[in-house]
Amino acid sequence: MKYESQKIALVYFAVAMGLFAIQVLGGLLAGWIYVAPNTLSELLPFNIVRMLHTNSLIVWLITGFFGAAYFLIPEEAEREIHSTKLAYLQLLILVVGTLGVVVTYVFNLFEGNFLLGKEGREFLEQPKWVKAGIVVAALIFLYNVSMTVLKGKKTAITNILLLGLWGLALLFLFSFYNPSNLALDKQYWWYVVHLWVEGVWELIMASILAYLMLKLTGVDREVVEKWLYVIVAAALFSGILGTGHHYYWIGTPAYWQWIGSIFSSLEVIPFFAMMAFAFVMVWKGRRDHPNKAALLWSLGCATLAFFGAGVWGFLHTLHGVNYYTHGTQITAAHGHLAFFGAYVSLNLAIFSYAMPILLNRDPYNQVLNMASFWLMSSGMVFMTFVLTFAGTIQTHLQRVLGDYFMDVQDQVAIFYWMRFGSGLVVVIGALLFIYAMWVPRKEIIERGATETPAE
Amino acid sequence: MKQTSGIDALPGELLMWVLIFSELLVFGVGLLAFMAVRLTDPSGFAEAQSALYRTGAALNTAVLVTSGFLAAKALEYRRKDRRAQARLSLVAAAALGCVFLIVKGAEYAGKAAQGISYETHPFFMFYYLLTGFHAAHVLAGVMVLLLVAWRDETGNIEAGAQFWHMVDLIWVLLFPVVYLLG
Repeated sequence: MKYESQKIALVYFAVAMGLFAIQVLGGLLAGWIYVAPNTLSELLPFNIVRMLHTNSLIVWLITGFFGAAYFLIPEEAEREIHSTKLAYLQLLILVVGTLGVVVTYVFNLFEGNFLLGKEGREFLEQPKWVKAGIVVAALIFLYNVSMTVLKGKKTAITNILLLGLWGLALLFLFSFYNPSNLALDKQYWWYVVHLWVEGVWELIMASILAYLMLKLTGVDREVVEKWLYVIVAAALFSGILGTGHHYYWIGTPAYWQWIGSIFSSLEVIPFFAMMAFAFVMVWKGRRDHPNKAALLWSLGCATLAFFGAGVWGFLHTLHGVNYYTHGTQITAAHGHLAFFGAYVSLNLAIFSYAMPILLNRDPYNQVLNMASFWLMSSGMVFMTFVLTFAGTIQTHLQRVLGDYFMDVQDQVAIFYWMRFGSGLVVVIGALLFIYAMWVPRKEIIERGATETPAE
Repeated sequence: MKQTSGIDALPGELLMWVLIFSELLVFGVGLLAFMAVRLTDPSGFAEAQSALYRTGAALNTAVLVTSGFLAAKALEYRRKDRRAQARLSLVAAAALGCVFLIVKGAEYAGKAAQGISYETHPFFMFYYLLTGFHAAHVLAGVMVLLLVAWRDETGNIEAGAQFWHMVDLIWVLLFPVVYLLG
């Protein structure tokens, strides 16, 4: 660790991993409710469990991004973070807000209250005061990192990362606008949801991946930057108008079907480019970095993002296909592999790279970490496959033959059982990862072995 | 480690080529979709197409190709350090771009007067989408040409001309498919 203020990242990573554990346990519970629907139906209804599962995901991913920024910006800008105190204050606001959401929702407090009650909008359910808190925290963050970068060295990686993080914060402002017309509500709501994950988050992903490649493979910065710019251009070109693929059936004009189909099909390109980038860098790289776990997560991230976000996204993005598959388990299959591949793996990659440095014990227990990679990845891929099968059958029975929703659900129950099993594997993998990050101290891998590659 | 690949052999900015490639993909896919949907209703598409103002579109083709020629000339002048001539050519190219937009605007106004909108027939939805997107690029191109006439480094003019030729090329692809072929 070159800069003292990089330590800020440790606390952010800790919070992120805590929420990660809660998120996957919530997912496991939701998966169980699918096979035993009456579980906790009075105490903790499914919609609340699902909300906690998706929202804790988003919150821990963003917390991880913030931590990653606090870790890599000092190194890139070659100076300490502007204010350590502000960084901790920002985290405190986010944690209080998150707890506020959970308590408000689980106990359904302040129902209907403008400021304190939930808003009942999917993914943007937070009470107003929490939304305001998020904005304040984001402003503190942006001020803090922008000041650091402005006073320090500017690199392509920090420029793109800041562009992504500024975009993330500004687009969140759309969550305050809540028109009573449901079609309009959805139209603006996608400005947050879509333009995050298929827009500015891709910039964050590309820049963090570029940083990891730079450190892990030793390829020239010049080469990494060229790739980075091309990836970012492709992501924004396809992603912004790709928003149209959410406008097929919400009451917006029909031309969105073609705009959405054409541009969102091209969203595969940046994900393919990121995968090509990661592998080409590893092939070209001369450095044999001892942190094999971080490299494994980086390559896994790029690969699973291409399949989860790129291929599984394209699977149902054309409006002719989506007419039948909309809102079936196909969507759930895509959602799981896309988020896991792109953003979960990315966070776990930067954790794997940064934690040994932050805790001053590199390299340490890599075997457990790598085992957790294979557990989580194989569990998630299996889950994606079974949900894809379930979704295909559901589409045919429900949308083509016209069977009733609940009758169809009964017929795909076997897939829900298998999904629960694969979810269990993912949870075990996640807990193992967290254990491997924090607990073992003594298993030092011989450095000498890595200096002479066995070729 | 130096990257030695065909990409380095491309003249001008790499990112401009990425943009050009992406634009060609979008318009190419759009035209393919248009032709695919036309197969489902050939007579309806032919009838709708007959409402188009072909003379105006042909005039616009001549206008845009001439404008592209001027942009290419501008780069040549700038390379020979004849800056004033280069700037003049760029401004003239931009002016022709505006002529294109005026003719296009008259065409749209004519359609509107006839009560034709994107909802009239699938043909018109594609017509408005494809030519509308293209017109938006012409507008952007005019601004780019004026921008590089002001900031007239050779590299800038090269990038501006690259963009303008792409706009030109796309129109030359759109014109026969949308206006002429039935």
